Amino acid sequence: MIFSSRRSIRCGTILGVTSRPDAAQRLRDLALLRRVRDRIDREYAQPLDVEALARGVHMSSGHLSREFRVAYGESPYGYLMTRRIERAMALLRRGDQSVTEICFAVGCQSLGTFSTRFTELVGVPPSVYRTQAALATEGMPSCVSKQVTRPIRNREARPSGRG
Amino acid sequence: MDITIHASYLPHDDPDAALAFYRDTLGFEVRNDVGYDGMRWLTVGPVGQPGTAIVLHPPAADPGITEEERRTITEMMAKGTYAGINLATSDLDGTFERVQASDAEVVQEPTKQPYGVRDCAFRDPAGNMVRIQELP
Repeated sequence: MIFSSRRSIRCGTILGVTSRPDAAQRLRDLALLRRVRDRIDREYAQPLDVEALARGVHMSSGHLSREFRVAYGESPYGYLMTRRIERAMALLRRGDQSVTEICFAVGCQSLGTFSTRFTELVGVPPSVYRTQAALATEGMPSCVSKQVTRPIRNREARPSGRG
Repeated sequence: MDITIHASYLPHDDPDAALAFYRDTLGFEVRNDVGYDGMRWLTVGPVGQPGTAIVLHPPAADPGITEEERRTITEMMAKGTYAGINLATSDLDGTFERVQASDAEVVQEPTKQPYGVRDCAFRDPAGNMVRIQELP
């Protein structure tokens, strides 16, 4: 799937001859995508964007986004934002910073984008989540504390990922 | 019952690269190095802890694994979703500096996690996730 154009150039050659180099190339391409994903995990709090991620592995951002989504079921942008919001949830539960401070602390440049994405993934806006988390620590019913501490990771490889 | 975890398995895709990481970078000793039919099984473990080991093995060597399954396994290793291990040390920062100084891929710098542990993470050369957590 990766670099399919390169493969199509070879389509006239004998399959058995080309399959091994193609398989090796595919593994190298997947390892590049792994480095992009690991870089998101490592640097999500930096002002990182898809263009910078793509430059790091010498791909165009469109190509990276397509191949990343094929491999992981989610676009690199989607994965980056999920990572940021996961961290934001942890910081909001801690309760010693404002929503705006946390937005910038997790690498988001825009409070609007942050809030929208947070609400999409978590189900409530960050300010509501923060209040619920604070109440939960004061002994709210377990159904509420369960909701506010609900994990959102491990959705990166869903067949129909968001992005 | 006094069962211990004697050996666990991680796949490798290049025995020399695996040795460079587990022996030269992490400082493990090599306890066994078995070759068969062009493949190698490497048993490594921490010095002074003979009771526990990691066997670095060629992936999908079991003849009962189909070609399609073999391709899936090698692709999952390459994209970093196949296997991993959690290690622990009393000197997390020193260990991190040492591993980072090699050419290992860093996934996470030493970080206090919301669930309590402080840890860092690397990839081994085959793409396995190696998390290292700090002992209290």
